[in-house]
Amino acid sequence: MSVAIYVAVMSGVTYLIRMVPFTFFRKKITSKFWLSFLHYIPYAVLSAMTMPAIFYSTGSTVTAAAGTIVALVMAYFELPLIAVALGASAAAFIAGLII
Amino acid sequence: MKKDFVRGMSHGVPIMLGYLSVSFGFGIMAVSNGLSALCASLISLTNVTSAGQAAGVDIIAAGGTLLEMVLVQITINLRYSLMALSLSQKLDKKFTTPHRLAASYGITDEIFAVCAAQEAPLTPAYMYGMIFVAVLGWVSGTAMGAAAGQLLPAAVSSAMGLVLYGMFIAIVIPPCKKEKGVLAVSLAAVVISLLFKYVFTAVSGGFAMIICAVAASLAGAWLFPVKDAQEGKE
Repeated sequence: MSVAIYVAVMSGVTYLIRMVPFTFFRKKITSKFWLSFLHYIPYAVLSAMTMPAIFYSTGSTVTAAAGTIVALVMAYFELPLIAVALGASAAAFIAGLII
Repeated sequence: MKKDFVRGMSHGVPIMLGYLSVSFGFGIMAVSNGLSALCASLISLTNVTSAGQAAGVDIIAAGGTLLEMVLVQITINLRYSLMALSLSQKLDKKFTTPHRLAASYGITDEIFAVCAAQEAPLTPAYMYGMIFVAVLGWVSGTAMGAAAGQLLPAAVSSAMGLVLYGMFIAIVIPPCKKEKGVLAVSLAAVVISLLFKYVFTAVSGGFAMIICAVAASLAGAWLFPVKDAQEGKE
């Protein structure tokens, strides 16, 4: 299948998700259950996307694990997103030099 | 209004700097999955979403179905609906329907966070300024990552593969410390994800993630209802 079709579908869906509520919704959601569900969705998605994929992201489980540990520690201390992202990468790079 | 546009641009500069490095990682990832630099940049320009793009590239690389693509994008990007909903409550009168159609393109986690923190009602010019600067960083970072990914030493580019995941960890961990529900949902999602990766391997990656996210979030909403769901948002 052509990559262009994938990209068109992907961006079309993403745009509609943002556009429909922004343009047409004028009331607030009041259901506590669905508000909670929507609140949790991003964390569930990001967690599932990260584990275990992160361990395969550098081509070496050891360097990836080093990066993961550094990211977890830096995130625990609530450093900015960019610092954590680059710190994890740097840790994997340094681990790669050592092994 | 010109003043609002410039103010939006200046508020967008930190977002742009952040996007540059993250999208650099996306560019490398896209190229390593067999996409061209132009294609990677086009994906960034038309989607402007990190997790959704990363999952989308996975599906393209794996030759997944379009249904899978649609469902994965809905699942991952559903949070934008909530953000769009929240922002729609505080728009200036200048926000007519055409402006809403245009500005909704640029609702990302970071743009939402900055816009939501504004006290004054949001004007179209303000949002356009911020979106312009942020998207500039997002697309040029992607293009550089995709182009330089091949030039960089393998040790550097493979380490950069961690950038996006590092950012995901940075988004998830801090609220885990404060909210039991987020911690429980995140751990549940990881456990289900591991099950699909190593035990129920017949399920494709995209669908596995949808099941992970929906199951963990439904359980979370049932067991740990949030008092004020807007409050916990970044």
